[in-house]
Amino acid sequence: MDAGALIAFVTKRVPEAVASSHAWRGDATLVLRREHLIETARVLRDDAALAMNLLVDLTAVDYSTHGESPVPAFFSSSGVSTRTDSSIPDENPWPGPPLGAHFAVVYHFFSTTLTHRLRLVVPLAAADEEVDTVSAIWPAANWLEREAWDMFGIRFNGHPDPRRILMYEEFEGPPLRKDYPVNARQPLIGPEN
Amino acid sequence: MDLTNKTRNAGTADGAGLETREMMLNIGPAHPAMHGIVRLVAKLEGELIKDVDVEIGYLHRGFEKMSENVDYNGVIPYTDRLNYVSPIINNVGYCMAVEKLIGISVPERCHYVRVILSEISRVSDHLTCVGATAMELGAFTVFLYLIKAREFLWELIESVVGARLTVTYCRVGGVKSDLPDDFAERCRAAFAETREAISESRGLVERNRIFTDRMEGTGVLSEADAIAYGITGPFLRASGASYDVRKDCPYAIYEQLDFDIPVGTKGDNMDRFLVRVEEMEQSMRIAEQALADLPPGPIMADPETGRAIPAAEMVDLAKVGDIPAISGGCAVTGPTLEGTGRANKASISTDEKRVTLPPKEDTYGNIEGLMRQFKLVMMGHGLRPPPGEVYFPVEGANGELGFYVVSDGSGRAYRVRVRPPCFAIMSALPKLLKGDMVADIVPTFGAVNMIGGELDR
Repeated sequence: MDAGALIAFVTKRVPEAVASSHAWRGDATLVLRREHLIETARVLRDDAALAMNLLVDLTAVDYSTHGESPVPAFFSSSGVSTRTDSSIPDENPWPGPPLGAHFAVVYHFFSTTLTHRLRLVVPLAAADEEVDTVSAIWPAANWLEREAWDMFGIRFNGHPDPRRILMYEEFEGPPLRKDYPVNARQPLIGPEN
Repeated sequence: MDLTNKTRNAGTADGAGLETREMMLNIGPAHPAMHGIVRLVAKLEGELIKDVDVEIGYLHRGFEKMSENVDYNGVIPYTDRLNYVSPIINNVGYCMAVEKLIGISVPERCHYVRVILSEISRVSDHLTCVGATAMELGAFTVFLYLIKAREFLWELIESVVGARLTVTYCRVGGVKSDLPDDFAERCRAAFAETREAISESRGLVERNRIFTDRMEGTGVLSEADAIAYGITGPFLRASGASYDVRKDCPYAIYEQLDFDIPVGTKGDNMDRFLVRVEEMEQSMRIAEQALADLPPGPIMADPETGRAIPAAEMVDLAKVGDIPAISGGCAVTGPTLEGTGRANKASISTDEKRVTLPPKEDTYGNIEGLMRQFKLVMMGHGLRPPPGEVYFPVEGANGELGFYVVSDGSGRAYRVRVRPPCFAIMSALPKLLKGDMVADIVPTFGAVNMIGGELDR
C-alpha cells in the first residue's frame, strides 16, 4: 500500500487512536494517542493487510526548542521558489511537531512481505515521559527502548530490563535532551590505586 | 540476569550426587575476539552457555548530540566514523536523507558514482568480516589474503577521494569530486585481484572439516526470530528472508541494475559466511555494470572558450581583478582538488544554488559565485532545509542503515538518528549464544560483524 492508503487503512481500523496524520515527503506518518499504542501496535503486526513484522527503529525526539531558531528557512513557503524534484510529493508543508509535545517517541515499521513503511509518533508532555513497552510484540524493542531511556529519560512501562545501555551507570542526566549541554564532561575515572 | 553462583546436585545413574555450579565468565571488553569493544558476561555450566549479558557502549562518542551542533555538511565526517569499514555507505545514506528532506535530486552520474563506490565499500566490509571470522577460527592465511585484496580496493578509493577510511566523500546535493580518468581500468584490475583472493580463500576453508564443523549448526537463528529482533542484511538473509533494501525499496539507480540476492536456508554461521562471500561477487557485478553504463562525465573544456588554466594562475588573476582573462575558463587543479572544478560540477552536483558550493573558478571569478559561496559557508547562513522529518534507508553492509533527520528550518539539524543495523543483531546475541558452547561464541560473534562505531555511535 502506498502512504495515503496506509494512513487511511490504519485510521479506519483504530480511529480513536489516531490524532493526526501526514505523508510529508512520502513517509506515511501517524500521530497516536499514548493510551492506544499497544492496541495499534498489535493491529500493525497482526493484520494481514499491514503485516508490519519488522520494527525498524524506535527513537525519541526532544521538541522543546523546535522552531526557536531565529533564522528563517531558505526553502520555507514564503514565496521563494524552489526547484523541487517532481517525483517527491510536496503538496503540503510539514505540519510541525505534535502539538504541545515536549517529547515524541517515534517508531518506524516495515513489512518484509508487503514492503511498505509506516512511522508512528507518540507525543508526550514535559513531566510525563512514560509510554507502554512494545517489547512483548517485537523483541527488537527491548534494546531500542533501553536506549531511549538512556538518552532521553523516557520510561517504558512493563519493560523487562530497564537499564542504561550506552552510557555507564553512574552517568547523570539523559544526554540527548536539549537542556543537556553539548560540552559537559562526566569522565569515568577508575579506582585510585 | 542473576549472576550469583548456584550450586546444584546432579545425580548420576549409580546414585552418587555430583555437585555442579554455574560459572560466570567475563569476556571482554578488551579481548582479541571481541571485534571493537563489547563485554559479554556469560553464565556457563561447564562449556555450555546458559545465559549471556551483552554490555555495549564502550565506543559511544555522542554522534547524535554532535550532529545537532554542526551544520548539515559538517555531519558527514561524523557519519564516516559510524561503520568505519564501509564509510561511503554511511555518507550516501545521510546525504540522501537530507536530499529527501530538502526535496532535490542529484544528477544521474552522481548516482552512478555513489553506487559504484558504495559497492566497493561493501566488498571491503565483507572482506574484513569474512577474513576476521576465518582468522579467529585459526585460518590466518585467509585473513591475510583478504586484507591484501582490501588494500587494492582502498587504493582505488584513495585515488577518488584522497582517503582510505575516513572518506567524507558525499556532500548534500552531490559528491566531492568526480572519478579520475583511469578509474574503470584500475577498478577492473582491483576486482580481478579481489576475485582471485576470494577464490583462494574459499578453496582453503569452505570444505575444510575443522571450519565446517565449527561453523555449521552453530549460532542458529530462525527467520521468524530474526525478523522479530529487527535484524536485516546478510544476517537475516542467511536465515531465509530475502529482504534487501536495494531490491525492495530501491534508491539511487539500483532499479536499473541486474543483481541477485543470496539467501541462506539454515540460519547458521556457515550460511552467513557463504552469503557474505556471494554478496561480494554480486557487489562487484553491480559496480561493473554501473561502470559500463556510467553517463558521460565532465566536459573537458568549456565549449565557449576552450581554455584550461592552471589553478594558481587563475587565483592570482582573480586577486588582481583581471576577471575577463579567466571568466569561462576551467582550472587545472592538483590532486587535492582534482575532479571538483567547473568541468565536473554539472555532473556530480545538483545545480541548486542554495545547496552546493560553486566551483572554485566561480568563487574566485565572478561575484555570483562569491555570494553563493558566502551564503553557504559563513556562520549564520548556510544550507537550510524546510522544517520536517524524513527517514531514508540504504542497504549497509550489515543491514538496513536508516537515517531519521528532523529539521527546524535552521542551518543545523534538529535531530539526526542513525538506525544501526548491528544494534539489532547484537540484541539477539543472547538468543544466538544460549545453548551453544563457549567455543561457538567465536564464529557466531564473527558472523555478527559487530562494528563498534556503528553499534555505539
